[in-house]
Amino acid sequence: MTSAAAASAPVPGRVRPRGPRIARAVKPVLFGALLAPAAWLAFALLTDRLQGDVVKIIEIRTGTYALRTLAVTLAITPLRQLTGWAWLTTYRRMLGLFVFFYATVHMSIYFGLDLELQFGEMWTSIVKRPYITIGMLSWLILVPLAITSPTVVMKRLGGARWRRLHQLTYVVAITATTHYLWAVKKDTFWPVVYFVVFAVLLGVRWAGPGLRLRRDRPTAERK
Amino acid sequence: MLIRNRIEPPSSEITPEREYLNRRQFLGVVGSIGAISATGALTEAVLGTMHPVGAQQAEAVTPEEKVTSYNNYYEFGTDKEDPKANAQRFRTKPWTVKIEGMCRKPGTLALEDLLKPSRIEDRTYRFRCVEAWSAVIPWRGIPLADVIRRADPLPSAKYVELTTLFDPSQMPGQRSQSIAWPYLEGLRLDEALHPLAFLATGMYGKTLPNQNGAPLRLVVPWKYGFKNVKAIVKLKFTDQQPVSTWMKAASTEYGFYANVNPMVDHPRWSQARDRKLGDILKKPTPMFNGYAGQVASLYSGMDLRKNY
Repeated sequence: MTSAAAASAPVPGRVRPRGPRIARAVKPVLFGALLAPAAWLAFALLTDRLQGDVVKIIEIRTGTYALRTLAVTLAITPLRQLTGWAWLTTYRRMLGLFVFFYATVHMSIYFGLDLELQFGEMWTSIVKRPYITIGMLSWLILVPLAITSPTVVMKRLGGARWRRLHQLTYVVAITATTHYLWAVKKDTFWPVVYFVVFAVLLGVRWAGPGLRLRRDRPTAERK
Repeated sequence: MLIRNRIEPPSSEITPEREYLNRRQFLGVVGSIGAISATGALTEAVLGTMHPVGAQQAEAVTPEEKVTSYNNYYEFGTDKEDPKANAQRFRTKPWTVKIEGMCRKPGTLALEDLLKPSRIEDRTYRFRCVEAWSAVIPWRGIPLADVIRRADPLPSAKYVELTTLFDPSQMPGQRSQSIAWPYLEGLRLDEALHPLAFLATGMYGKTLPNQNGAPLRLVVPWKYGFKNVKAIVKLKFTDQQPVSTWMKAASTEYGFYANVNPMVDHPRWSQARDRKLGDILKKPTPMFNGYAGQVASLYSGMDLRKNY
């Protein structure tokens, strides 16, 4: 671990891309990797490669991508603590915004193409169908998180308040997975997998200090 | 507008050649909704004289590739793409069907013997999945009524139960308890005897693909797709209303009748409209999937909200 990495604080807004060169090299690759599923879906749609109910396929996949990206986002902090690679934090905003992106596409397809913007239907589904209620709630929580992601807003809020607000990500992990669980018929395998993954990722946050896994310096956070 | 093509059917492994019909019907797309409704009556009249296809409006046949690539067939996996991937090595020969229960002629028949006495027919039906997607599929097979009449059910028999093969060595989905195995469905006897109720052995002029329920599946076009039990190994006559697999799994969501009904929502979504495979936008779902004229009388006096 270089001293530079140790010194770069995980406090959002203060992190400068001055980690190892690899950290900067990885960023565009990660961006491409996160965008690739969307690009492929668009390509497959335009070239008629999605056999079946195309709208449903895209709806389900974008929802899944949102959950997966959320899992990666929540893995950053434990991974940083485990490895001491403070520069990992620099990816968090991009990851979080991709969660918002996929969740927004997912929801827009549902309201736009499944319910075809029929307001009666939309209202009914939100108030009468618990899986939609909780899915909608998950998306609404993501909105302030996306809005407060630019550095300027972050600074204005102040690190502590910003961090408290963004702890809502933990809530979204639970509500979004519940949405998935309630949305499926009997095939609860994958929703349960996501629950386990998120339980581990959230669990290490509470149990982490006791587990003595940290290799970074906790003092850096208090800087 | 109705387009009738004469097409030589490709050879089939299951049905004897002499029994092929040498023509299939295709329903052409008509430009506007107005034109569809204007020709609907004509279509029905013409087809009605040929065989009871009975769809009330002309629609384009769904591309075969879509119907063979997007399947609910939990025996081969719960994702829509799973059955196509996992069913390819499924053995459909030899195949026997057991006829049992309250009938005078129970027994176990080789599939060929089950089919032999009947004339193989081609029928293009609308297909409506409970998940609000739909298709128009040209099936090939025999009327279910043929098989039932030959079994000669007792007057006391009120229902027929149809069961899918249980063979976890071939059907990987059956190794986990996602739903109760074997898959079981049932019809009231008068529903099963309705001329529209069909046992398919083929589609698109070919032998039925494994992922679509080979070698023998039910097609009841006025009911949601999950009623159409696949890879049938047993017909049982009974006086008790069968408890189908999906009733067992979620009785508030799936009932015994499962008639296509745009006015009765599934708890998790509306059934008012459906999307044809390959389309982006939905269209209104007709009552009984467009077969109200033929089947509504089966349910006269019944509360279809309760009997969903």
